[in-house]
Amino acid sequence: MNIFEKMVGLDRRWVFLFLFVVVTGAYFFRNSFSVNVTTTREVRSIYDFVENLDPGSKILISFDYDPSSLAELHPMSRAILMQCFRKGVRVIGVTLSQYGAGMVEEAFRKFGSEADSLYNTHVEYGKDYCFIGYRPYPGFVILGMGENFRIFFPRDYYDTPLDDLPIMQGVRNYDDIEGVIAITSGTTADMWVIYGNARYNMPLALGVTGVMATDYYPYLGNAIFGLIGGWKGAAEYEKLIGEKDAATAGMPAQVAAHLTIVLFILIGNIGFLLSRRSKKTGN
Amino acid sequence: MEDSHLVELLWTTFAAFLTFATFSFLYKDNPFYKFAEHLVVGVGAGYFVVLLVLTSLKPKLWDPLLAGQWWYIIPGLLGVLMWMRFSKKVSWLSRYPIAFYIGTSGVAIPLYMYNSINRQISSTLDLSVGFGSLTAFWGIIIVIGVLTGLMYFFFSKEHKGAFGGLAKIGIYVLMLGFGASFGYTVMARISLFVQRIAFLESWGRMIGNFFS
Repeated sequence: MNIFEKMVGLDRRWVFLFLFVVVTGAYFFRNSFSVNVTTTREVRSIYDFVENLDPGSKILISFDYDPSSLAELHPMSRAILMQCFRKGVRVIGVTLSQYGAGMVEEAFRKFGSEADSLYNTHVEYGKDYCFIGYRPYPGFVILGMGENFRIFFPRDYYDTPLDDLPIMQGVRNYDDIEGVIAITSGTTADMWVIYGNARYNMPLALGVTGVMATDYYPYLGNAIFGLIGGWKGAAEYEKLIGEKDAATAGMPAQVAAHLTIVLFILIGNIGFLLSRRSKKTGN
Repeated sequence: MEDSHLVELLWTTFAAFLTFATFSFLYKDNPFYKFAEHLVVGVGAGYFVVLLVLTSLKPKLWDPLLAGQWWYIIPGLLGVLMWMRFSKKVSWLSRYPIAFYIGTSGVAIPLYMYNSINRQISSTLDLSVGFGSLTAFWGIIIVIGVLTGLMYFFFSKEHKGAFGGLAKIGIYVLMLGFGASFGYTVMARISLFVQRIAFLESWGRMIGNFFS
């Protein structure tokens, strides 16, 4: 076996080990690198949407992901919530992911108290935000909320009747809120586009995992007004709100990982081409 | 150290053990990985059952029935019929709730049509949707990309001559799409890994504080 064939047949565990060392190293020495995050129009449009809302305006944020996608989607959830709390935009929270309820409830409490200490606000449950919980069958829930939130959610996550919450006063369906931001890791993104936007025509933006991002670009400008894709999108949002957090901290590791993978792709392809040539020439 | 801190440390240490057990699969399959995998599936299934009972069965069936709204027995019976699938003799009864479910999904057909076909065609042909000052130029590139991409999947005509050339452009367009998807997928996986590294870092700090 010549060196080219060895390059092609490299045990994938060496690749894993190399990637582990590179990513871990880049993460621990993240303060030594400076990654310039450029903002894109699709992320900026969501930021501008929230920024241009008057204090007291209401939006619905659907946290349709579970702890397995927390790493990717929590940074964007945090960035959007922090902007809302700072601006005084009121947030109605819901989750259409069966494993998401506890995680979302904790996120609201955590980010609410972070906003209090950072912006000197007093984020209050029921007034500034509420969490109406989880119901199964997302398509039907999205359709139901288009008629009346109370069909599927007569009570919030804490068993309080929706009518007793100040934030829900005068809110019957999507017509009574400014828009919907769905942060999602699965097929609920399609359901928000199809059952939500196509049926009720409310302003809709999506925050999705990296794997999903390219699938939703075709909807930009027709069904959705903004799109945040994975950590890069979250890092852009963190830059826009002026707060560097988890996504920004992970960017040096991302750059290092991408360069490593490009390097391995090049090595693999060069090895493949050279071994094919050496076979043809019989050497 | 308070008991609550010790309990938190123990649970976090268990989570760190599960993280290592999961990563051990990268070397090869092993009992630690199997344990972590089965634990996730078991806990997830149990959690979902309880959640369904508390968020659906109780408020949407049990409570209304107790309140005298007897007509809720109809969806309840439809739900029971679903379970008939487990009996060969009466499994045909499960077709009724399935038919009902599929029927209600019919609302999606015109919406899918409108969203995935009508809207996409009009957006593709709209040259005002693009990037920066070269909006029309990128609009034309998108139209060419879509048409050549579709040509690649047209197999009723041999891919030769001018048609073959256009289909080849379509392949490059598809490759660009796959490349973008791959780049995003790498980012997604690395995000998960970095978050685990961050967790292990905080666990290490917790251990250090405990012993100091």
